[in-house]
Amino acid sequence: MSILIDEETRVVVQGITGRDGSFHTKSMKDYGTKVVAGVTPFKGGEYVFDIPIFNSVEEAVKSVQADTSIIFVPAKFAVDAMFEAINAGIKLVVTITEGVPVQDMIKVNEFANLKGTKIIGPNCPGIISVGKAKVGIMPHSIFKKGVVGVISRSGTLTYEIVKHISDSGLGVSTAVGIGGDPIIGMKFIDVLKGFEKDEETKAVVLVGEIGGSDEEDAADYIEKHFNKPVVSFIAGRASPPGKRMGHAGAIVQAGTRTADEKIAYLESKGIKVANIPNEIVKLLKDVM
Amino acid sequence: MNLQEYQSRELFKKFGIPVVDGSVASSVEEALKIAETLGYSVVVKAQVLTGGRGKSGGVKIANNEEELKEKVSKILSMEIKGLKVNKVLIAKAVQIKKEFYVGFTVDRSSKRNVLIVSSEGGVEIEEVAKNDPEKILKVSLDPLLGMFSYQAKNASMFLTPNKDVISKISTILEQLFRLYISIDANLVEINPLALLSDGSVVALDAKIVVDDNALFRHPEIETMRELTEEEKLEIEAKSKGFTYIKLNGSIGCLVNGAGLAMATMDLVKLLGGSPANFLDIGGSSNPEKVASAIEMILRDKNVKAILINIFGGITRCDDVANGLLEAIKKVKVEIPIVVRLTGTNEDIAKKILENTPLIYVDSMVDGVSKVVELVNRG
Repeated sequence: MSILIDEETRVVVQGITGRDGSFHTKSMKDYGTKVVAGVTPFKGGEYVFDIPIFNSVEEAVKSVQADTSIIFVPAKFAVDAMFEAINAGIKLVVTITEGVPVQDMIKVNEFANLKGTKIIGPNCPGIISVGKAKVGIMPHSIFKKGVVGVISRSGTLTYEIVKHISDSGLGVSTAVGIGGDPIIGMKFIDVLKGFEKDEETKAVVLVGEIGGSDEEDAADYIEKHFNKPVVSFIAGRASPPGKRMGHAGAIVQAGTRTADEKIAYLESKGIKVANIPNEIVKLLKDVM
Repeated sequence: MNLQEYQSRELFKKFGIPVVDGSVASSVEEALKIAETLGYSVVVKAQVLTGGRGKSGGVKIANNEEELKEKVSKILSMEIKGLKVNKVLIAKAVQIKKEFYVGFTVDRSSKRNVLIVSSEGGVEIEEVAKNDPEKILKVSLDPLLGMFSYQAKNASMFLTPNKDVISKISTILEQLFRLYISIDANLVEINPLALLSDGSVVALDAKIVVDDNALFRHPEIETMRELTEEEKLEIEAKSKGFTYIKLNGSIGCLVNGAGLAMATMDLVKLLGGSPANFLDIGGSSNPEKVASAIEMILRDKNVKAILINIFGGITRCDDVANGLLEAIKKVKVEIPIVVRLTGTNEDIAKKILENTPLIYVDSMVDGVSKVVELVNRG
């Protein structure tokens, strides 16, 4: 078992012929992911890495039974790509694209809820179920199979932490990058619910940052409902308030907690927080 | 992107939201002309993008020409929270009977837009939320259908029992929501929305934050941008494909990914140094981009050493290494550069950087310890 994706997942790549789209399609395929289709308008009938291209997601669903989509199309068109995937009956949409307008994401999320589609992202590295499938852009060589579930708002910081978890021998079950924007699809709590039921996952690392209160919401949830050990890392202690630190969602605004306050809140709920990324391993070993 | 008050007022007018008469001036002469048409008394308000202008002395009343000259020239020479005042709004002074707060913003937790109103206007809403939460009403809006008229009416009834005022505020709320949606705002706020002694309801302040991600479909708003010196650097960085934010420390940081960049700054601080900047070089970086990032870091004369922390995924370590070589050829670098490159093509990168003055380390912690040690040793 794993969460969200596995070896049966049938992936369609929206924007497969673009520079990033084609590069990561090859990488996902090399990893063993069943990439069954690509979508690029007006290129239907062509092939990329022996993968058939269709003009629409609907055709990809009908012809090759795609059930999961990964989106690489530019920000201006990403929202429409998400609506298209949702309407075509795709069950899980992973949006890598950065720069999607917030008001659009508010609509996409509601529409996805009504249609029963799960959304990951935007502005995220995607999902990897180690040894089974990758629907994302992470360098998979650093992911060693193991028992730790990872949920994160960032990309490279996750790789840094995952490398330590892999090197320690604990390894990773599934890692989910939920994205750095203010309005995203699945949040910490939604992914935690999956890890709760996943037999492969024995502990969870929650990688958060300044901005919003999702980490605090997750801590409240963990205290009441989550039965596996959780440790965390929170980025942004040296970030001044009022400045957006790269991620559209990473900003300390009036009424939201600073990184230190977030950390204090998590620890008050019994979640140990690492000071530096490699300390995660020690904390994991302490609680497992 | 934050709009200045005078810019937000123009948008308010366009959408039928009443504001007091007034206009923006960048000199005493202009201010005098505006005041002449308005008639005294007038309010002089510094146009800077920060809260607490009143407390900092950036908002004054002028009852005649003499006072206006004195106050305008004083405010135009001020700095408020480090921001230079270049413009003042000259507005007709009014008799206020009651002040309210109204605003729309994005609620991250519920993933919806919310209408927030309060009977305590003219003070910071965060303070009201902390001290008198019962004086605030938060209305969650439908993501697909927006705000219903009854929601605007109910919110207005929360603010006042006066039927006439309720109808005026409801209309303003509907117009404000139309504005909020049509310009892709993340925040529109009227604080205070004032009931005047003549019974009219007007916006006495105007705050708008537009979603940067949506500016591509609002070119008319993009042109309103007034950049501070720091923002000019940020925009220049963006045009070159990376994100740069200047801070006040002495260790220049070049990292790939926003989360790792923040974590690197945190570690610098934890080990006793202070970061000079946030710099996320982004994915798929080419050598030219790395070179121009180094060049930008070096423009800050406080920088005593540079730390490069790259976890290669899409970003290739050899690209970064080549960019570094190019940079140290182009610009004379007289300070130490500590480099940590892990991930895609790191072996090639290591070879490229052999026999250069760059200090190569194997981990993030080693890199940060090294750079902090170099700077603290002087």
